Amino acid sequence: MSNVISNYIDAVRDREHVFDAVAPQINPNLDVRKGCILYMEDVSVSFDGFKAINNLNLYIDEGELRCIIGPNGAGKTTMMDIITGKTTPDTGTVYFGQKINLLQMSEPEIAQAGIGRKFQKPTVFEDQSVFANLELSMACDKRVLQTLFAKLSAEQLQHIEETLELVGLKDQRFLRAGALSHGQKQWLEIGMLIMQRPQLLLVDEPVAGMTHQEMDRTAELLISLEGRHSVVVVEHDMDFVRSIARKVTVLHQGSVLAEGSMDDVQNNARVKEVYLGE
Amino acid sequence: MSTSTMNPVFDKQTNVFLSVLSVISVLVIACNQLFPADSALHIPTYTVTLLGKYLCYALLAVAIDLIWGYMGILSLGHGAFFALGGYAMGMYLMRQIGERGVYGDPLLPDFMVFLNWSELPWFWHGFDMFWFAALMVVLVPGVLAFVFGWLTFRSRVTGVYLSIITQALTYALMLAFYRNEMGFGGNNGLTDFKDLLGFDLQSDATRLWLFLLSAIALGLGYIACRFIVASKLGRVSLAIRDAESRTRFIGYKVENVKLWVFTFSAMLAGIAGALYVPQVGIINPNEFSPLNSIEMVVWVALGGRATLYGAVVGAIVVNYAKTYFTGALPEVWLFALGGLFVVTTIFLPKGIAGLLKKKEARA
Amino acid sequence: MLLMLANAKLWAAAEEDFARGLELINSSKLSQVKQGVDRLIASSDPRARIYLNAMLDSNLYRHTKEKRLVMLVSRDGSKVIVADVNDASKTEELKKRRVKRVPINNRLRGDIKAYLASKDLSDESSSVRKAAVQRLLGDIGELELGLFKQRLEVETNPDVKYLLESGIALDKLANGERFEQLAAIELLGESLEPPVRNSLNQMAESGPEELQALAAKALAKIDDKVAFYAFLEKVFFGLSLGSVLVLAAIGLAITFGVMGCINMAHGELIMIGAYTTYVIQLMMPNAIGASLIVAVPAAFLVSGLVGILIERGVIQFLKGRPLETLLATFGVSLVLQQLVRSIFSPLNRSVETPEWMSGALDINPVFAITYNRLYIIFFCLAVFALLFFVLRKTVLGLQVRAVSQNRNMARAMGVRSEWVDALTFGLGSGIAGVAGVALSQLTNVGPNLGQSYIIDSFMVVVFGGVGNLWGTLVAGMSLGIANKMLEPVSGAVLAKILVLVFIILFIQKRPRGLFPQKGRAAED
Repeated sequence: MSNVISNYIDAVRDREHVFDAVAPQINPNLDVRKGCILYMEDVSVSFDGFKAINNLNLYIDEGELRCIIGPNGAGKTTMMDIITGKTTPDTGTVYFGQKINLLQMSEPEIAQAGIGRKFQKPTVFEDQSVFANLELSMACDKRVLQTLFAKLSAEQLQHIEETLELVGLKDQRFLRAGALSHGQKQWLEIGMLIMQRPQLLLVDEPVAGMTHQEMDRTAELLISLEGRHSVVVVEHDMDFVRSIARKVTVLHQGSVLAEGSMDDVQNNARVKEVYLGE
Repeated sequence: MSTSTMNPVFDKQTNVFLSVLSVISVLVIACNQLFPADSALHIPTYTVTLLGKYLCYALLAVAIDLIWGYMGILSLGHGAFFALGGYAMGMYLMRQIGERGVYGDPLLPDFMVFLNWSELPWFWHGFDMFWFAALMVVLVPGVLAFVFGWLTFRSRVTGVYLSIITQALTYALMLAFYRNEMGFGGNNGLTDFKDLLGFDLQSDATRLWLFLLSAIALGLGYIACRFIVASKLGRVSLAIRDAESRTRFIGYKVENVKLWVFTFSAMLAGIAGALYVPQVGIINPNEFSPLNSIEMVVWVALGGRATLYGAVVGAIVVNYAKTYFTGALPEVWLFALGGLFVVTTIFLPKGIAGLLKKKEARA
Repeated sequence: MLLMLANAKLWAAAEEDFARGLELINSSKLSQVKQGVDRLIASSDPRARIYLNAMLDSNLYRHTKEKRLVMLVSRDGSKVIVADVNDASKTEELKKRRVKRVPINNRLRGDIKAYLASKDLSDESSSVRKAAVQRLLGDIGELELGLFKQRLEVETNPDVKYLLESGIALDKLANGERFEQLAAIELLGESLEPPVRNSLNQMAESGPEELQALAAKALAKIDDKVAFYAFLEKVFFGLSLGSVLVLAAIGLAITFGVMGCINMAHGELIMIGAYTTYVIQLMMPNAIGASLIVAVPAAFLVSGLVGILIERGVIQFLKGRPLETLLATFGVSLVLQQLVRSIFSPLNRSVETPEWMSGALDINPVFAITYNRLYIIFFCLAVFALLFFVLRKTVLGLQVRAVSQNRNMARAMGVRSEWVDALTFGLGSGIAGVAGVALSQLTNVGPNLGQSYIIDSFMVVVFGGVGNLWGTLVAGMSLGIANKMLEPVSGAVLAKILVLVFIILFIQKRPRGLFPQKGRAAED
């Protein structure tokens, strides 16, 4: 299995080779000429007086792999909710590229525009097969009538096969997703994310409940996505973050506390204060 | 390999169901026609009509299963769509009566003459033509379901909230149809029908045809639902049922999917109502009562959700029991029905179909 | 001592006058009757009023054979139904020719009227005086005018005083000089009495031209006031309907809000409360007023126990499956309905209303508040306050809130959530029973009582926002008022339909009701 992954990673590193299943579908409206794929400016949101996000400014560059860390209640998940349209902020602007205003779009529109999300708690469609889970997530025309008459093309089938292989669930394809182990569900969800071929991936705690071996594989996969995709990873596990991070953002009480390389951040006095209570 | 993962429209259960349906329909008609009235094997025409009524209920149950079993929308107002289809058919049948009514008015149905109305209300025009009435049978419930669904699903009213407001919908319609001013015959509804497309509704031949039509409608409706369920849209529906917000995050406009399937289901219910009315000979506002709608749901629950054939079995079993009890032990019926609700939900969450599956799995 | 003796003598004389008077009017001769009336008047006996009033209405008859006085109730061909003068419930049927009317003429009638009017106008109670003036306003002749003027000199109650003045003004309006008419219109513009409106109306339509406009203006002023009071009345009706809705819905709001489960049998718990009232009244037939007081805790206990039974027997097995809970409790509701039908028969039973709940409080001639509605409003507010107190200030309330906010956490903290669930359900059901007591005073008690309120109750809860007591109160009251405001415009049924449609539309706009719960926890 890990052999497959490393093969795959080699293939991705080899920029000459195009590996279809992972190549993002470029949204024609997405304008990233400034090199920045996600803009969050002056965003605030509060629930019953509690400020979950407080004047947050965050920019993600195109092709970047960004890690976001922060103590519990720092607003990490709420931030993802805002980007994916689940929560509407009280103030602020959120743009995908320079033209696409995410605040005016619904969750499915945002998903179709090219932002994929993996949830903190793995949520797969438990009653359906692994194959169907991937088929459902696949990037395609998702309107009602088209879905009713949808038939898998050979190409699409190949995408699913490739993804199955990629996430190591080839043998479980007919299994009910609910019967998978926790780690397998995490992988399935990553597979579903890949099937969407998004340009921006939001990954919430991808390695929670994984063994070290699985964690390594996940790290490899995320790193391999860097470059063609922009990836935002929210994670608690510092070892994992260190293994993949180029740039780290620390959130605290709903706003950015520090940003920089892992070492910079770790030496930041304020970060120490927040984490260690010094 | 690819096709084996897909769910064919005509899977084993569907084939079995369709075969059983055709065999029974043919047998019923044969027994009615071939055996003399005093034979033990003879099925009297009124029994055939009763069975035809059950088939209409079964079609309605399939429509409910499509949205509840497969998409998690518990509608407590599907009786409204059934009744609207029935009223559309009833209006056609009323117009067919013509001068044969008690008051002999060539244009106005009896109840309008009785209310001293001088002309036909605008919404009664066109119902003298069968094609128009047939169109309305699907269009009226469809449009109502579409408008209601468009408003509701878009604002993400789900779960028990949705159930409660569907109930409010049918309740409001019931109150409205009880009003004489609405122009649908008030309390008494529409009745005293004479003929359909020129065929006498009292004649045995027409009754047999109506039974057969109900069976065909059930078969076709079943296949249509099966087609939806087996398609990718069916899998999206299941996804919505199990994890609605997750389905949104992979790019499906959940409200649109719900809207179209709900509307389709309402149209099926309308067709069931339209076939029901000529067989029972009356349609009145009681069909809108919330009790009726919620009883329909229990047919599906008893039969087993998300199987389609379970809905048919449930509808027929419960209605047979109802016919039996209300005849033999009327006081017991509500106890039995109430008990059925409780027992089904607690002890038989997968219904009769679940029991069958378990047996099959063990064998 | 002497004084007492004199009093006794006086009293004896009055008694004799009364007895003699009755003898005299039991006659076919007008002159004798007149003497009798004079004696009755002289006696000042309060019992005389009944006879005199009956004479005025030409309803006093003599039984020719048995020589006694009877009161005519109705005529039916050759037969008449008469009642005992002092007890209207004792009726008998007689042949028409068995009875003869006590003769009367206009003069005698005038005397009686004058006597009754002056008696009432000088009554000790101001409300009797007020009622008398109001009655006389409709037809003011010389006699009344004289009495009014006489009384005005000694009258101290401002309301009665104003009424007397308006009576005099009415006469001036009809017969006075121009300047008097002007002053009269000015004065009458403040009045709400129907006769005043009639006179002003007449004046505005067919009076002298220069007065028409003024009268119309005064009339408009009155109409404004009448409209205002009509509005107040609608609000009052709305509040009382709203109170019923709140009472019916608030138990549901608790079970729905805290346990997230829909109890379709809630209406039947209301019905059980109403039947409890009925049974208690059967047990205490001689103390209707007290039985109602006893019924409140009794209904709470009975419905509460049934509720706990439902929770333990059905709902606890369906945790986390709200739609199944809905269906199962609906089944329970059918069983309860049929049970009541089997025990009490399917017919409606009527529960008696105690005396202190009937009648009305007259605020002014166009606005009266009926006591039963008023008490329902107070009762609803009291129940609401009590419930609020229980949920906010008691240990049970604390635990209930803890469980509703985070069940697992509450369990970890040692709250026995099972126990809290059962008690919560019992509380909600008990409140439903109490609502049933209130409803038994408004409608007939029957097996379908609950069904007719369940949808309304749900609408109130959904409209107000689940899990919010204030929301339920505001929603119930506003729906009640909306219903009553619409009713005169659209009719009762259409009003109900419109309100339902409004809520359906409202839920689209605000799926979580008027007062939604916010926060991340509420999202999923």
